Formats: sequence, C-alpha cells, structure tokens
Amino acid sequence: MSELPGDLQYTSDHEWLRREDDGSVTIGITDHAQAALGDLVYVELPEVNQEVEAGSDMAVVESVKAASDVYAPIGGTVVAVNDALSDDPEAINNDPYGDGWIVRLEPSGDEGELLSPDAYQALLDDIES
Amino acid sequence: MPFIPHTDDDTREMLEAIGAKSIDELFDEIPPELKIDSLDGIPEAMSEMEITRLMRDRAARDGAAQCFIGAGAYEHHIPQAVWDIATRGEYYSAYTPYQAEASQGTLQTIYEYQSMITELTGLDVSNASLYDGASGLAEAALMAVRSNRKAKSRDVLLAPGVNPTYCKVATAIAGSQGLAFDYLPMDAATGNLDFGALDDSAEPVAVVIQQPTFLGTLEDVDRLTDWAHARGAFVIAVANPTSLAVLKAPGHWGEQGADIACGDGQPLGVPLSSGGPYFGYMTCKQQHVRQMPGRIIGRTTDLEGKPGFTLTLQAREQHIRRSKATSNICTNQGLMVTAATIYMSLLGSDGLAAVARQSASNTAKLVAGLTSIDGVERLFGGPAFHEVALKFDRPVAPVLEALAARGILGGYDLGVDFPDLGDALLVCATETKTGADIDAYVEAMREIFSAASA
Repeated sequence: MSELPGDLQYTSDHEWLRREDDGSVTIGITDHAQAALGDLVYVELPEVNQEVEAGSDMAVVESVKAASDVYAPIGGTVVAVNDALSDDPEAINNDPYGDGWIVRLEPSGDEGELLSPDAYQALLDDIES
Repeated sequence: MPFIPHTDDDTREMLEAIGAKSIDELFDEIPPELKIDSLDGIPEAMSEMEITRLMRDRAARDGAAQCFIGAGAYEHHIPQAVWDIATRGEYYSAYTPYQAEASQGTLQTIYEYQSMITELTGLDVSNASLYDGASGLAEAALMAVRSNRKAKSRDVLLAPGVNPTYCKVATAIAGSQGLAFDYLPMDAATGNLDFGALDDSAEPVAVVIQQPTFLGTLEDVDRLTDWAHARGAFVIAVANPTSLAVLKAPGHWGEQGADIACGDGQPLGVPLSSGGPYFGYMTCKQQHVRQMPGRIIGRTTDLEGKPGFTLTLQAREQHIRRSKATSNICTNQGLMVTAATIYMSLLGSDGLAAVARQSASNTAKLVAGLTSIDGVERLFGGPAFHEVALKFDRPVAPVLEALAARGILGGYDLGVDFPDLGDALLVCATETKTGADIDAYVEAMREIFSAASA
C-alpha cells in the first residue's frame, strides 16, 4: 500500500503535482512509481526556462533496472529544478512527495488530464488487483 | 543453444495458425512499386568452390605492392601474437558479451581496452567500440546534440582537416535527424584552419577537430578548442590513436579539453584488408557518459568480494530505453577490439611511441627524397606527423599508374576530395618501410618524372 497525500493531484503516468501559494506547480513521481522503479541511480532534469506542453516528456528517472520518462502533467515554463537529485537521486525513493520533488513549473494554462487522490487510488487498486 | 531454422512443416503450421496462405502474403501491405525483384550489380550466387577461386584470383591481382597510401587507414607491423591470440576460440566472436557469469575473460579484455583508450585520449570513459571512425563521428555528433542542452542549433562545424569521408558518412547517418555538417575555412598556405575567417557569431552545437589533419598537418587544437568552448559548443576530437603516443591527448586540448574523442582504431593491430573490418573508438568526459552510445564494461565486486567485470550503465541502451536509446549500437567490432588490446599490451606506451616516431621519420625521409625531384614540392609548410601532401607540376593519376606498374602504391590522389588544391598527392611511409623501400620509391618517381618531361 503506497502513500497518497490528499492535497495533491495525480496523473495516470504516476506523476503528482502540488499547487503552490505563488501560483507555481511542483511536480514529482508518486510513491507507487518510485517503488516500481526500485533504487534510483540517475535523474535527467530539464533546463530552467524550458517550455513544456502537457503530456510531453521533461525528465528521465533511471533505476538499476529501468529508465522511465517523466511527463509534464500540465504545460508551462520550468522555473526551478531539484539540482540536489544529481548527487542524491535516492531522495525520490526516500521522500517522493518532499525532498524528491523534480520540477517546478509556471503554468501556461495548458491543463492536462489530472486525477483526484481518490481517482488515482482507484487506478492503483486496478493495477494491484 | 543450437540454432535450428524453421522447417517447411513449422512454417506451414505457423501460417495456418494465423490464417495466412504464404509468407509473401504477410508483406502484402508494402506497395508493389517499393518492392524489387533483383539488385543491380549483384551477380548470381556462386558455389563455395567458385567463390574461393574468384577470391584467390582477386587476391593474386593485389600482388605484393609496396603501400605508401594512408588517408585514414595505415599499414603497421602487427606482431604475430596479436592474431594468434585474438583468433583463439575463446575470443572468436564479434559480440560484446552480456552474460557476466559466462564471459569474464572477454569482459575483462574490453575493460582493459577501455582503460588504454581513455589513457591515450586523456578522457575519463570509453565505450566498448563502434563500427569505424566515420560512423564514430556521426555517433559523437548525435551525442553532442543530446548532451549539449544549452545549444540552440544542430549545426556541427568541421575543421578543414576532418577526413572528407567522415563528413559524408556523418551526413548520411545524422543528416536526417536535422544535423548539418559544414567545413570551416582552410588557410591555403598551411592547410589548417584560417582563424582570420572564423565567424564569431556562429552558435554550433559542436566543433570537430581532426589531429593530425587529413592532409597530414598539425592544427592549432588548443586555440580552436577554446574558440569552440567560448561559443558554447562541444569539441569532438578525431585522432589517429598511433599519433596519440606522441601528440597532446584530446582531453588536454585548450583550457578545458575536448568533450568527446573518436576515431578509427585500425592502426592498432588491424590489417588493411581492402578496407575492413575496422573498429571505431569513442571516449568522453565523465559528465557526458549517460549520453554515450554503445556498451560500457565496468569493474565491480561479486557477492564474495572478488573483483569482476560486467556491462554497466545499460539504461542508455535499446533493450531498456527502446526508441529513446542513445544509439542502436550494441554488438560491434569485438574481435578487432580484442586484437587492438593485445597489440597495445604487447607494444606498451613506449612501443607505440616508437611506432609513431619511426613512421614520422620515414615519412620525412620519403618527402625529402621526393621533393628533390624537379616538379615535386611540399604543398604546405609547417610540421607534419606521418603523412604529407605534395604538389606536382603535372596530373597525379598517370604518375600513380606508372608507379603501380612498378609495384608501388604511391599515395592518395587529393584531387578527388580537394580539387582546389590542384595536382596534389598525399604520401605516408610507416615504420614498415625500410630505407631501401623509400629509396626505391624515390628512384621510381624520379624516372617517371624525367621520362615524361624528356
């Protein structure tokens, strides 16, 4: 059973996003995603100021057994990336919703398909059953 | 595991199971105009006996000519032990093995190869090899595009000394992915880059610098490396590995060093063999390793704490990354790499430097002899490695024909790739040539020139 904070939104590709007070949006991968990937060894981050569309790939997380794209849940401009992941990619394993955040976007209004915690939980139940 | 092809019965059963009448029917969706029945210029199949006879006749036609051609592939002495060891059954495979439990010997050989190539090029990491130097440049350019994420363009600028064949191959492989390869201007007096004509507003993704140049000269690699880095470009070095025993390693060019080095490994123990198979090498700085194509062997420890060797960083590769893999390279020129590893081990760094110096010295002797002939002079001033461009007062092709009739392959006619250079010939005398061989070439050339002018 993976952890699922109630104040976040989710995608069917196992990203989460948090609406910050300043209007920006923080994005990471879910507890379920990090557990499925296993120990992460590398994270490829986008450049700050890079523009992304909803659904486009913007980062790569690599574990000892797989490499997986991280898709932008919504469109926007990259305003910050979690540089600490370069030295400590396992922060995603240890704290996927906190220190393991990946990218912060300034939303462009291009909203992708987002899931509520309940809808994402239903998706996970589906996968796990 | 035995390889057993499908029998006719197997094929029929499989077709019945999917409801197809014939194998051809499976390819129905390909429009007929895209299908061909025969290949132009490809002869009918021959029996094994016939093909052996044909190949023997062709080999005999090569004769035992003295070769003074370089231009990217070089005749060097290969100690007998190299291919005696490389063709042992344990090594006799083109594959880079992936089964650590079954292939420790081969994996360690490749690991040692990687260690030697990184030392030669002065860079941090090496892959297990590529197909050849030319496709290596294409891979290096694609790698620069992936890795140099600050660059806005896909323009790759080539120093004028980059092998013209490498440019053609790189364009063929990477051109369809939007990469453009363009030459920087040449200074006609030196054969090197014309620094005065550089466009400082250029924003290339990478600058390719070949050292020694295709024309045998030595480029100011430090200055060009710094110019490229100041433009935000990656520097891709193309270097003859033999020359690296005596010249500055690409990793030390300029203030920051080249980012990627590649080239043809053929001079390291691989015979000319009418053009192949050869192998390409590639090394890079540590921070770019995740964008490197091909396999990489790493050293590790097993559960009992003993050292061992295994494929590493495989997430870059196609069996994991699928369509986003760095390259479709996986299996490559493993046997050539084994030979090169044995060659480098037998020679050591001193031996390789001796080969480089003897080749440079022999070429200098040959050039001194040839330029004593009226009508032959050096095309460029300045230092050279083991290859020199000469200027003739007459067309090159008939001279080469006359030399060939005397059993001498006199050099590479530069008119093919560099019509602007006029009647020019690129000559090379490696350590395989004796003083008598060089004298014989000079005398033959003298006779041909005096006979024609008489």
